[in-house]
Amino acid sequence: MTGAATDPAALPRHRHLLDFAAWSAADVVALLGRADVMAQVLTRTIKKVPALQGFTIATLFFEDSTRTRLSFERAARAQSADVIGFAAGSSSLKKGESLRDTLRTVDQLQVDLYVVRHPAGGAPYQLARWTDAAIVNAGDGRRAHPTQALLDAYTMLKRFGASGGGKGAEGTGRRGAEGADPERPFAGKRLTIVGDIDHSRVARSNIELFTKLGGEVTLCGPATLVPAEFGEVPGVRVVARLEEAVEGAHAVMGLRLQQERMSAGLLPSLSEYVARYQLTEKVMRLACEGAILMHPGPLIRDVEIDSALADGPRSVIEEQVANGVPVRMAVLYTLLVGKG
Amino acid sequence: MSEPRVEHPNLTFKATLMGEVELERALKRIAHEVVERNKGAERIALVGIHTRGVPIAERLSAYIAEYEGVTPPFGKLDITLYRDDLTEIALQPIVRKTEVDFDVHGMRIVLCDDVLFTGRTARAALDALIDMGRPAAIQYAVVVDRGHRELPIRADYVGKNVPTSSSEVVQVKLAEVDGVNAVELWERA
Repeated sequence: MTGAATDPAALPRHRHLLDFAAWSAADVVALLGRADVMAQVLTRTIKKVPALQGFTIATLFFEDSTRTRLSFERAARAQSADVIGFAAGSSSLKKGESLRDTLRTVDQLQVDLYVVRHPAGGAPYQLARWTDAAIVNAGDGRRAHPTQALLDAYTMLKRFGASGGGKGAEGTGRRGAEGADPERPFAGKRLTIVGDIDHSRVARSNIELFTKLGGEVTLCGPATLVPAEFGEVPGVRVVARLEEAVEGAHAVMGLRLQQERMSAGLLPSLSEYVARYQLTEKVMRLACEGAILMHPGPLIRDVEIDSALADGPRSVIEEQVANGVPVRMAVLYTLLVGKG
Repeated sequence: MSEPRVEHPNLTFKATLMGEVELERALKRIAHEVVERNKGAERIALVGIHTRGVPIAERLSAYIAEYEGVTPPFGKLDITLYRDDLTEIALQPIVRKTEVDFDVHGMRIVLCDDVLFTGRTARAALDALIDMGRPAAIQYAVVVDRGHRELPIRADYVGKNVPTSSSEVVQVKLAEVDGVNAVELWERA
């Protein structure tokens, strides 16, 4: 505990979490270490700390969401923050109010941080220009969903351990192999994402984060849903055949198949998708030993993932949901405390 | 609060308040007092507040084991998430893991820290401990009580009472953290 832990600059100040462009690998590693401390809070007799007492958090969900909003609310309340918010259906936007006027109105309620979900990509960035409060992007169009990628990274770190070390990370215990780069905890690790990549903010944020932390990403799905230009991103490759994509993977992530894509003519038929891209125990046998299966939810059983596999020992789908709370606790704490 | 005191260019050294031998003697005396007051070492646990309370708790636990033949459990407490100034501070504090691996319920907990000053760290530590269960009692041991309380908090075991002015800084240095054992008085420039 000497030396390293006394560095007050372990995690520099960030105003917002919009995507990971402004976050260095070291910052993300420190944030994930902080999530570990928060996870421990949730194991105590009283699963609540007063850390964010006096802060007000507003959840602005311009698009329906249950799990993400519940997870953020739990994360805020576990730290004693006050939470206000609205969901899409009750918004004044329905009555014709502009996004800016909605924000200005809520701003008068002395909000310190907004958790924003919006169907239009870029909306949280626009909001960040109109308020002095912090903004956490909880999903904007198909652009980004950074807290989902963080909880996925946290889940993978927990499951297969960091290739790097935990230098600079808070908490204890996350120390990797001697001489490994602490800023590349996923060095040598492979994540395969299967399905509708093009319409997925979860895929985009996972690609951004997993490669930032040193890992390699393989994308697989119908050509109409996996644009070839993704393969030009360093650390990313696009593979047509599912078997080839899963081979040697340490983690395989299924994505929800949105039915409306079918009507848009991007998919020939559901049965053809299932036949070619459904994740099954059989195809998972091609992955690394102990490879994990992930899905951001909501899961449509027996479409993206075979039901038995989703409920089987490889599946960490429920763990992902549980890990969302400490990860979001760390995000809220980091953005709110020490604003100066 | 419990942030580690680093040597700072605008601090000037004034005096050594306790040397290695005196510090060790004081901690051994506190270990005896803990056993005396609690009528033995049964159901006693030592919990150190990060950073320097941790080696103090560890040492007290070892001394008690030596005298009584029973090793009291010891734990580490991080009070960052319980601070009362998180809406005001400028810098991000370091959040460390609390490691209390025993059930606090029914235990007589001796909370350990290096310096008792405003009492705010102790207040936060009490809240943190009570959130983990219901101890039979919580007692408080410090190496130095330097006065200037802002809350109605007092220590049960004190290594040395040192009247100080508000411009002075007390540094307890422990081998496990600082490489040396000493208690020093510094003056803020």
